[in-house]
Amino acid sequence: MSLTHARHPTEDPPWARWTILALVLGFLALMLILPLAAVFAGALRKGLEASLAAISDPDAISAVKLTLLVAVIAVPFNAAFGICAAWAIAKHYFPGKSFLITLIDIPFSVSPVVSGLIYVLVFGAQGWFGDWLIDHNITIIFAVPGIVLATIFVTFPFIARELIPLMQEQGVAEEEAAVSMGASGLVTFFLVTAPNIRWGLFYGVLLCNARAMGEFGAVSVVSGHIRGLTNTMPLHIELLYNEYDFVGAFSVAALLCLLALVTLALKTGLELTQSVRGRHV
Amino acid sequence: MSQDSILIPDGPERSLIEAARPPFFRRRSAIPGFGLTLGITITVLSIVVLIPMSAVAIKAAGLGWGGLFAAGFSPRALAAYRLSFGAALIAAGINGIFGLITAWALVRYRFPGRALVNALVDLPFALPTAVAGISLAALYGPHGWIGGLLAPLGIKVAYTPLGVIVALTFIGLPFVVRTLEPVVRDLADDVEEAAASLGASRLATLAKVVLPSLAPAWLTGFALEQFNYEEAAAIALVMLVAAFAMLFVINAVQAWSRRYS
Repeated sequence: MSLTHARHPTEDPPWARWTILALVLGFLALMLILPLAAVFAGALRKGLEASLAAISDPDAISAVKLTLLVAVIAVPFNAAFGICAAWAIAKHYFPGKSFLITLIDIPFSVSPVVSGLIYVLVFGAQGWFGDWLIDHNITIIFAVPGIVLATIFVTFPFIARELIPLMQEQGVAEEEAAVSMGASGLVTFFLVTAPNIRWGLFYGVLLCNARAMGEFGAVSVVSGHIRGLTNTMPLHIELLYNEYDFVGAFSVAALLCLLALVTLALKTGLELTQSVRGRHV
Repeated sequence: MSQDSILIPDGPERSLIEAARPPFFRRRSAIPGFGLTLGITITVLSIVVLIPMSAVAIKAAGLGWGGLFAAGFSPRALAAYRLSFGAALIAAGINGIFGLITAWALVRYRFPGRALVNALVDLPFALPTAVAGISLAALYGPHGWIGGLLAPLGIKVAYTPLGVIVALTFIGLPFVVRTLEPVVRDLADDVEEAAASLGASRLATLAKVVLPSLAPAWLTGFALEQFNYEEAAAIALVMLVAAFAMLFVINAVQAWSRRYS
């Protein structure tokens, strides 16, 4: 065998490499790039003007505002919960830890439509608190509070599941040193723990936000689809699509696509530069 | 004076000695905030997850066994399960094959645009389902880029079970690739080298050495994929039971693969 043909025994032969690469790239182009291109092509089908007009429609603007409002409430809520849970679980000893983590994971194993349904069962007109809520003139289902609740549920584990393994790995030595030198709990958290977990926290917030802004199934069940009032961006897309307003639907979809691409870019950047754990599921 | 008090004197010395004992029973952390953070965690968890989830179980129990059976196994519900699980199984099969070679290519090969491919694999994870839905419907519809090519052949994809399979394949792809990637990376080169040096061809090495060691992770990816039936959730309780069964299977497979490695 001549030197030019020398190949490490664990390397695949060139024909295999090229076949596999061609299959992979072909499959990904078909499954990932074409759908992405189809969104932008659909949005720009009647030109940029029509697309921009569709986005600046009052109903579309109120959908964008509602989506932002929901994310602004749900993401910090879940971030605060995630930090609390990770602090209790990673920095202390108590029995039943893994059981608690499994309970936190429940929203991941529940179908989004079911997630919406459980809130209808609790807060809906026929639900547990239905009569009480009607008597006190509080509407949760088919209103903004229901959308926020459903979004919090489906994005519940994201940040906690990012922070718990990270903080467990980092151990308790630094915090114990700070406390033994007289630092209070809050000072220890902000000066010792926070700098260690900031990139992991950012990563969790990024994924949580992407899901919060894009959630369709759970929000669809509790929203009531009232135009301009309880329509989030994903719901607005479906509404326009079902009305055959394709340019409108794809224009709003293109906005969410841009959000997804920014999320992916930041996520990849973080994974390459910081030691965050790339968790999926 | 007893023996004990000779060995361990009373007074201040005694408490010093006790403090020096290894803390068998009270492994308390010196870090404050345990009560507060655990309290918040359990309260929020109960309000957001546990109480609403128990509502489903109690509501379903209110139907009684007969009612539950009738609702959960009505012909419409059965048709929905068949579509859900059947489509998920086929999608998992497609992703099982392409996810495996994608993970293989990403880990073993260096090619231009690899970082881009790596980032793109997560697109279905980041792209909202509503966007993916209308995009796939447009692509595979009768006038779409792909649907237009298939229509003359008499193949309809959008709004048929075939469309459900395409959508589930799209959604499941990152789960399979990301489950397999770390396992391919950790595959020990030396085992492959040993096989090659004993005269096994590359194909035989792959089939007999590499694939068996990937099997546990591959099964996990396969099961995770099944999980993602976002299309047709018919009756909450049956789906919940199925979801928990899947979770159990995944945990069991992972425990098995830990023992295996």
